[in-house]
Amino acid sequence: MKKILLHAALGLIAVVSLIPLVWMVSASLMPSGEASEFPPPFFPSKPTFVHYGELFSRLSLGRAALNSFVVAVLGTAGVLLLNSMAGYAFAKLRFRGRDKLFRALLAALVIPAPVAILPLFLMLRSVGLVNTYVGAAAPTLAGIIGIFLVRQFARAIPDDLLNAARLEGASEFRIYRTIVLPLLSPVLATLGIITFLGTWNEFVWPLVVLTDESRYTLPVALANLVGEHSADIELMMAGAVLTVLPVLVLFLLLQRQYVEGITIGGVKE
Amino acid sequence: MSATTAGRARGLPHEARAAALLLAPGLAAILVLFIVPIIAAFFLSLTDFDIYSLGDAENTRLIGLKNYANLLRDPLLWKAMRNTALFLFVGGPLTMGIGLIAALLVNSKLARAKGVFRTIFFAPYVTTLVAVAVVFRYLYHPRFGLIDRGLALLGIPPIDWLGDPRWAMPAIILLAVWKNFGYSTLLLVAGLQSIPESLYEAARMDGAGGWQLFRRITLPLLSPTLLFLGVITTIGYFQFFAEPYVMTDGGKPLNATLSVGLLMYKSGFRWWNMGYGAAVAFVLFLVVLGLTSIQLKLQGRQDA
Repeated sequence: MKKILLHAALGLIAVVSLIPLVWMVSASLMPSGEASEFPPPFFPSKPTFVHYGELFSRLSLGRAALNSFVVAVLGTAGVLLLNSMAGYAFAKLRFRGRDKLFRALLAALVIPAPVAILPLFLMLRSVGLVNTYVGAAAPTLAGIIGIFLVRQFARAIPDDLLNAARLEGASEFRIYRTIVLPLLSPVLATLGIITFLGTWNEFVWPLVVLTDESRYTLPVALANLVGEHSADIELMMAGAVLTVLPVLVLFLLLQRQYVEGITIGGVKE
Repeated sequence: MSATTAGRARGLPHEARAAALLLAPGLAAILVLFIVPIIAAFFLSLTDFDIYSLGDAENTRLIGLKNYANLLRDPLLWKAMRNTALFLFVGGPLTMGIGLIAALLVNSKLARAKGVFRTIFFAPYVTTLVAVAVVFRYLYHPRFGLIDRGLALLGIPPIDWLGDPRWAMPAIILLAVWKNFGYSTLLLVAGLQSIPESLYEAARMDGAGGWQLFRRITLPLLSPTLLFLGVITTIGYFQFFAEPYVMTDGGKPLNATLSVGLLMYKSGFRWWNMGYGAAVAFVLFLVVLGLTSIQLKLQGRQDA
């Protein structure tokens, strides 16, 4: 009896979690106008992909998807490079003030990112980076959490391994590139997926920095579309599916790595 | 500390040089793209930087704390503060509370298919906020929205969720709870699994009941995770922006869903009063800083 109640509760939470997403897909496949009939059907009478076609042909959301992809890849590649170097240095190299510097970085995590937006916009404007992919990816590169993740992981690298390479005359950068980087690959997969999803989902910054419609990322394009086509539910749902599906699929494929990163950040320290 | 460990902590010269080179790019990015803008935001908030300044910076004057003085008299700020506080203090505990219930259910020894449930609960968290805000905009529709259809089955008359000033904030809070509770669940399940089973066994031998086990063992041992969640939720929820931007066309009805983040965005990028917008941003910063340090202090007292 207890077991049945337990699973009923779990099932209820699962249904509530999934219904909005299932309805999103279902409504995106309905013929125009069906989602606003009364009473509203849950499933399409005749499934159609016509709205997806319209997104790509008339509304150039294909372009927005490409923009999102480029910005997310740029941000992710940059973060992997910068944070793997810094995280390794914090974990394994000894220098004066190391722990103080690291604690200062962690303290900066409580600063809400939007505080930086107005000056950052003016700064990027003065160097001509407004309305560019690099400008859109810029705040991602200033991520701190990745340094923390890499440091946690890199601490397990045995010192003997590094010292042996040093005795053979390898330079510190060469040690980083040929020994440390391959060993870090699990945590870099984790950091990569977290950063990619985070940048893909980002809204405020791209909204501010991408002023030209041809440069909009998917969330910005979608928010813009709601303003113009809000009565066109089926079309809007197709746009929502296009935005959400890539991140959901990526999450399901790399779930283990993603969850690992989230829980390391949360449970330790 | 012995002489040798002190020497090690200071490091060898070539190691320090390598560290400097490896750290430089990452720290430079953080400095230029984050720390400098934060400091600049404060100075910007002391100026009357506006659309004319965008054309020519010469048109900017230092006006001291005048933006802050005006801000404190601005009814929009107080409206935004009230809505943001509501979002944080109602939405935060609801999110974490439901997250905790779900975590306890998933972690129960009787539960089957734990992994599947955990993945399903977490799915909303990874979705794009803008996209699901669009979805909920239609789910909340008083005529064909599924939520009011569901309520009708229970005999409850339709609610104009996003059109009624009394219901617009609750509607936005429910979306946030739906989207984020799975994150709490994920972290809390990890926290629960790190509690040794022997503690429960020992307490049961002493005759402790289910509620006592929860109160005396589970809750105290989860408190680091709960604190972390509390801090993360405070920082994140205080910035809420996309929900009213997408669902209520930027704070309607009657600014009932205007948030501090939205007020900053509008001041800076709609009305181009960037000095004023920076002052809003700094107020947001100070409030978040205050709230997180209170949380950390409370935790410190509990540990002592």
